[in-house]
Formats: sequence, C-alpha cells, structure tokens
Amino acid sequence: MKATVLVRPKQGILDPQGEAVESALEHLGFSVSGARVGKVVDLEVEAGDADEARAQVERMCEQLLANPLIESFEVEIHG
Amino acid sequence: MASPQPRVGVVTYPGSQDDRDALWALSALDAEAVPVWHEERELPDLDAVVLPGGFSYGDYLRCGAIARFSPATAAVCEFAEAGGLVLGICNGFQILCEAGLLPGVLLRNESLRFVCRDVPLVVERDDLPFTSRCTVGQTITIPVKHGDGRWFAPSELVRELEANRQVVLRYAEACNGSVADVAGICNERGNVLGLMPHPEHAVDPLLGSADGALILASLVEAARERVLAAI
Repeated sequence: MKATVLVRPKQGILDPQGEAVESALEHLGFSVSGARVGKVVDLEVEAGDADEARAQVERMCEQLLANPLIESFEVEIHG
Repeated sequence: MASPQPRVGVVTYPGSQDDRDALWALSALDAEAVPVWHEERELPDLDAVVLPGGFSYGDYLRCGAIARFSPATAAVCEFAEAGGLVLGICNGFQILCEAGLLPGVLLRNESLRFVCRDVPLVVERDDLPFTSRCTVGQTITIPVKHGDGRWFAPSELVRELEANRQVVLRYAEACNGSVADVAGICNERGNVLGLMPHPEHAVDPLLGSADGALILASLVEAARERVLAAI
C-alpha cells in the first residue's frame, strides 16, 4: 500500500529555510508570506487495509520520521 | 605506582570526521584512546566514551537521526544508563539528543550559514566530570564548525533544565540562534554532556587556543578517578 508522509516544522518553530525561500520568491516578484519548508516521504507498506497501513506509518513517524519536539506530521494512504 | 591511564573510547560512524582528532587529543592528555567501530554491539572495557563530530550517515533525515540506530549507539546508551561518562561533540551532541540521552534538538543555524570560527563560551558548571578544570563564570574559547547547531527545546523544558542547572556552556556572543544561548547541556545525572564547540580542536596553543583541554582533561581526570576507585 502506498503512503505519503508530510513532515512540517511545528508552528512557532523558527524556520530560516522557509524565510530564505520566501525572500527568494519575493525577489521573483511574487507577493508571498508564511513560507515553511518541510519534507515529503513516499513509501510502500505491507498492510491488510488502509487503517492498518495508517497505524503502521503513524508509528514510523513517531519513532523516526518526525521529531515531536519540532515537527508535526500528516499521513496519506493511497490504497 | 604510576597513575593508571584511563581508557576512553571514540566511536567512528560512517561520516564521522573528527574521530581521529579526538583520539589524538585524548592521547595527548594522557588517556589511552580506543577507537570503537559503529558496528560493535558491545563496547570494549572503557572508562569514558566520546561521540565525535562529523556528518554521520550524511545527516540524512535529521542530523543524528540515523546514527541513533547504530549498534554502538545502543551500547553507548547502556553505558550511560549504568553511569558511564559520555561526551558528545557536535554531531555527537546531535546523536545524543536524537537518542534521548540529552534533552532538546539541534536545528539549522538561524543565519542558514555554516559557522566556522573560535567562539567565547561562558562556563556555568564546574562540578561536573567534564568541567572540573574550569570555574563558573570563566570564559573559554573553543572553535565551532557547524550548520545545524541551533539548540532548541520548548520553553517549559528550558525552564526545567535551567532549574536543574543542566546548561553547562553558553555562547558569550551570538553564534547560531540557540535558545538561551545553549552551547552545551548535560543530563540530569551529570554523566552525559553534549556540546557544539570542538574541544578536540583546541588542545594545543599552536592551533589558537588550548581551552578545549580544560574540558577533555577534566574528562580524562574523572575517568582516571573511576579507574582508581575500581582498584
């Protein structure tokens, strides 16, 4: 089963990469604000159904893919 | 009887860079420096362990996140839990945070620039095995070289750490945007220290400063006391 994990810097965590990206976009003439840079992890997981896959991927996030001090995560299961 | 030479291990991970300098510095300070390979499941007989700087596993995912799963890291965690002395320098500090031996996490520098220079540090504790040769309030100069050195913890955790006096070293001037200017922090028990500056690069005045020897010689001395206590 295919899954996508989105890892984001938590609200309130200073994200200098996001600020740098935002300033570069402004240089290009775009009017932007609130740019934040996170990570995407695509993976395939062996599971009987989507609920089981989600539970597994959430455990992966808690144990490795995200650091709960600084990052939040979101799991998408693609069936 | 000659005073015994304590055995201090230095773990080499794939991507470690400062393991040789750490081994050299420890030998220069009269320890028996013992290289430890990251695949070793059991540590040799050691009186202290150093996790060196570098970019273990290419800093993939987050700095220190993958090295946490090395067999040697598990052995170092057991060693620390048994009260063993563990010093993490730079990437070693990042690994100790990811492994949960030290509080907080190291993030990308506020400036986004790699910082590589001598920095003044204020010593906050002189009653630890890592700082016995320092005095509280003393300013020491040790080089940093890192891109991910901004220590962070949520404010309630920072308050707890300050109350426990776990902040051991602070930057005396702006360096990387660390919360509370934290340059080095210890666990509650005081047997594990992590710091971003590199004491192993500052043990010879020829290199600009010998203040790093204050930290490493304190560690060697504490390790030697442990050997003597065991005899």
